[in-house]
Amino acid sequence: MTALEVRNIQKNYGKTEVLKDISFSLEKGQVLAIIGSSGSGKTTLLRCLNFLETLQEGSILVNGKTIFDAASASKLTDEQIRENRLHFGLVFQSFNLFPQYNVLQNVTLAPTLLKLGTAQEIQEKAKKLIAQVGLSERIQAYPCQLSGGQQQRVAIARALALNPDILCFDEPTSALDPELTGEVLKVIKGLKSKDSTMIVVTHEMEFARHVADKVIFMADGIIEEMGTPEQVFGNPQKEKTKAFLQKSLEEF
Amino acid sequence: MELTTFSQQLPVVIQALNVGFVQTLKLFFVTLLGALPLGLVISFGSMSRFRGLRGVVKTIVWIVRGSPLMIQLMIIYYFPGLVLQPFLEQILGYSVNIGWGGGESGRFTAAAVAFIFNYACYFSEIYRGGIQGVPIGQQEAGQVLGLSKSQIFFKITLLQMVKRIIPPMANEIITLVKDTSLARIIALQEIIWAGQAFMKGSQGISGQLWPLFFTAVYYLAFNGVLTVLFAWLEQKLDYFKV
Ligand SMILES: Nc1ncnc2c1ncn2[C@@H]1O[C@H](COP(=O)(O)OP(=O)(O)OP(=O)(O)O)[C@@H](O)[C@H]1O
Ligand SMILES: [Mg+2]
Repeated sequence: MTALEVRNIQKNYGKTEVLKDISFSLEKGQVLAIIGSSGSGKTTLLRCLNFLETLQEGSILVNGKTIFDAASASKLTDEQIRENRLHFGLVFQSFNLFPQYNVLQNVTLAPTLLKLGTAQEIQEKAKKLIAQVGLSERIQAYPCQLSGGQQQRVAIARALALNPDILCFDEPTSALDPELTGEVLKVIKGLKSKDSTMIVVTHEMEFARHVADKVIFMADGIIEEMGTPEQVFGNPQKEKTKAFLQKSLEEF
Repeated sequence: MELTTFSQQLPVVIQALNVGFVQTLKLFFVTLLGALPLGLVISFGSMSRFRGLRGVVKTIVWIVRGSPLMIQLMIIYYFPGLVLQPFLEQILGYSVNIGWGGGESGRFTAAAVAFIFNYACYFSEIYRGGIQGVPIGQQEAGQVLGLSKSQIFFKITLLQMVKRIIPPMANEIITLVKDTSLARIIALQEIIWAGQAFMKGSQGISGQLWPLFFTAVYYLAFNGVLTVLFAWLEQKLDYFKV
């Protein structure tokens, strides 16, 4: 089943075209890795999917249903935009945990405010998710008491608490010390299942190669190359892809 | 009967200063009560998406912060009764009554209006700094979790903003305690007025300067209490970092 279909989306900031006619689709349970050099539009793409930015053109379908169409976007109410957002989750590069809440409260805040269950149900689910990201011991800790890697794992639990259809990660390990990236990537890898569809923007080529089912290489706002990890990494067709992969290899 | 020794004067002076200080405190608390929420409204206005509204609000804040509170007090107190009223009567042809009234309650209302408006403008700038100082990522994290604008403000931004603004607000509020003395200019019977009365002569004491100087003790004591209170508040919010 197709979980996500993105059709011909475009995004400009004034005269700068940041996304130029992007189309792709994703099956339920798949992990999509998006790679590409700085400024190619990866973050913008995730922000558009999460309705933090408004697209100028194109449409977005989730589970076969159109949730966004630029042609009728101006008619969307705040309420509808918020509903649309709940199809997606976003884990930020800089975590963005709520500093005044402890780990448990960070995870329960949104489900509680959105009344997604009784207080007890929400707590139990939150505790399960916190255990899943390996932080049961630190459930009462405040973000300032956690390492970056731990904070990012809380952010993942927080996003999962809303059961998004598609969970997006924007360079989830870029703000971390190298020795902490592993624990976060492991958690993301552990989330992979037939029910969870994920999009991961990453510079971790090894991770993309081994965890993703599908890889998109973006350059200057377009999808330069798309395919299985074997195709994109093993046998890239485009010059830009080859150059990019070559460069990221050299960084090691 | 003239009270000549210090020990005779002291209880009389304390009594009079206490009465004046009650009026000072009343003005202080009424100002806070009005200016704390009004400042928030003004700060939203100064951050509005609508350029016109933003411009108007920013101009008002500039005028209020840029001119002496003492003049604002006098304008607000005298303008309606002494300028507007005769003018209206002239064009309407019958008598109207729009002054504050000459009594202490009229003076208090006028002073409260001036202080609330003036301090709301100062607070609004502190609030604006506090709100804009909260990283945009906090708001976005709330948005992607499907929260509404008001949920994001009250459940996420507000406390972080409060933590950020406590030090500048403490400054401003301590200044307010002392600024209430400006209401003396419209003869509000606050503590400075009470202390000064003994210079001209009141209750058998005249030509005495020390009661006026002694008022400073009241300000100092009250600001001491406020300082402790703000330190406690800061410490209360010490459990998280912004
Ligand atoms: N709010 C904005 N206003 C104007 N231009 C923007 C804005 N946000 C992003 N851009 C531009 O859009 C382009 C794509 O930015 P984006 O952040 O999506 O790139 P990215 O692929 O995520 O890069 P990186 O790997 O550095 O995170 C950049 O050229 C950037 O300057
Ligand atoms: Mg980016």
